[in-house]
Amino acid sequence: MSELLTPSQTVGPYFAMRLPWPEGPFVVPEGTPGAITIVGRLYDGAGDVIPDGLIETWQADPNGRFAHPDDPRGPVPVGYHAFRGFGRCETAIDGSFRIVTLKPGALPFGDGRTEAPHIDVSVFSRGMLDRSVTRIYFPDEAAANEADPVLQSVPADRRATLIAVPAGDGVLRFDIHMQGDRETVFFDL
Amino acid sequence: MTVSEQGLVVPQSGKLDLPEYMRPQPGNHPPLDFPDYKSTALRHPKQPLVLLPHRLTEVTGPLLGESLVTMADADLTTQHAGEPQGQRIIVFGRVLDSDGRPVPDTLIEIWQTNAAGRYRHKREHHPAPLDPNFDGVGRAITDSGGRYRFITIQPGSYPWGNHYNAWRPAHIHFSLFGRAFTQRLVTQMYFPGDPLLPLDPIYNSVPDEKARLRMIAEFSIEETQPEWALAYKFDIVLRGRKATVFEGTDR
Repeated sequence: MSELLTPSQTVGPYFAMRLPWPEGPFVVPEGTPGAITIVGRLYDGAGDVIPDGLIETWQADPNGRFAHPDDPRGPVPVGYHAFRGFGRCETAIDGSFRIVTLKPGALPFGDGRTEAPHIDVSVFSRGMLDRSVTRIYFPDEAAANEADPVLQSVPADRRATLIAVPAGDGVLRFDIHMQGDRETVFFDL
Repeated sequence: MTVSEQGLVVPQSGKLDLPEYMRPQPGNHPPLDFPDYKSTALRHPKQPLVLLPHRLTEVTGPLLGESLVTMADADLTTQHAGEPQGQRIIVFGRVLDSDGRPVPDTLIEIWQTNAAGRYRHKREHHPAPLDPNFDGVGRAITDSGGRYRFITIQPGSYPWGNHYNAWRPAHIHFSLFGRAFTQRLVTQMYFPGDPLLPLDPIYNSVPDEKARLRMIAEFSIEETQPEWALAYKFDIVLRGRKATVFEGTDR
């Protein structure tokens, strides 16, 4: 047994030849009842937008379930059939991205505690030799966020970088800052 | 399954039996801050990373199925009316986890330059010719044994602005999902004997030399097709899972 993995390398500037899909930003089809849009911009350490980044998201469905064999709670019984769980959006020339999705449900942590609704995020771009991983939490879940084991492991003065901000009807804003005063919390996965 | 007071779906036992993914050894992946690759300077986190436990969201991941991929997607030489210029090659291998288990039914996406070292992209300005018969993009799904196979063209080297007279070694970009968020990987496949490898900051950003060598494909005379195409073998190793007691007794 070898624990040596194939190393990560940057996606470079030309991933846009292959990785963006027309349906990528749509975790659910636009117009799905209850759909929310998460918008944001990706910023570098000089405060400039990153126009050649790629944002990917992965999340539970609104019942807190995953259509995946390693979810020990078994097959998802009922229907979010158009729900992919996965979103992918390249950043535009102004650094912006958007993901259209349904708000995920809370999750059991496995020890009696509960994970607040959240979305796992991977950030890729030229100049990033490996992805950076962060999480989006929800502003209308103050009590659940207070009890979330992952959020509570983050230094208190930095937690706000992980909580999306209301930005109009059905829209949340989640800006990602790679560095600086507002540097987003990134995780060691 | 039961539904808890908070409305959570939980197993009757109250416990979650999740696979445990191993964390990479130090030096296996490149550091996010690597001064020889100048663009890392403003694009790496400066604050310490926070340890993320591997729970439900991390041990699951998108299982992107065959609906996305046709057989034609794995042959980059037949996507146009004519044949592309350059050396035809077969790139094949297996996707494995670090315990040697194959990773079946997983999506692989690739992109690369044409034979002249030119990407088909609007921001690409290298004065080398485009090839009307080559887009340089492919997709495949691994079979039940984790195997995949692409037919493509040997990519070229190209200059980049990192430092004086900087040239990238020929490479093919690979993007993989595995079966869990923890296994997601974007890497590059290089070719054996490329004289640019010792000079390339991106390749050399990986501290562990043995890990670095994992990114170099191996020429295969066995899979080389007479009168038709050279073959390169590129096995990709994703994070493994710790064996559970149950699996242990099964061996």
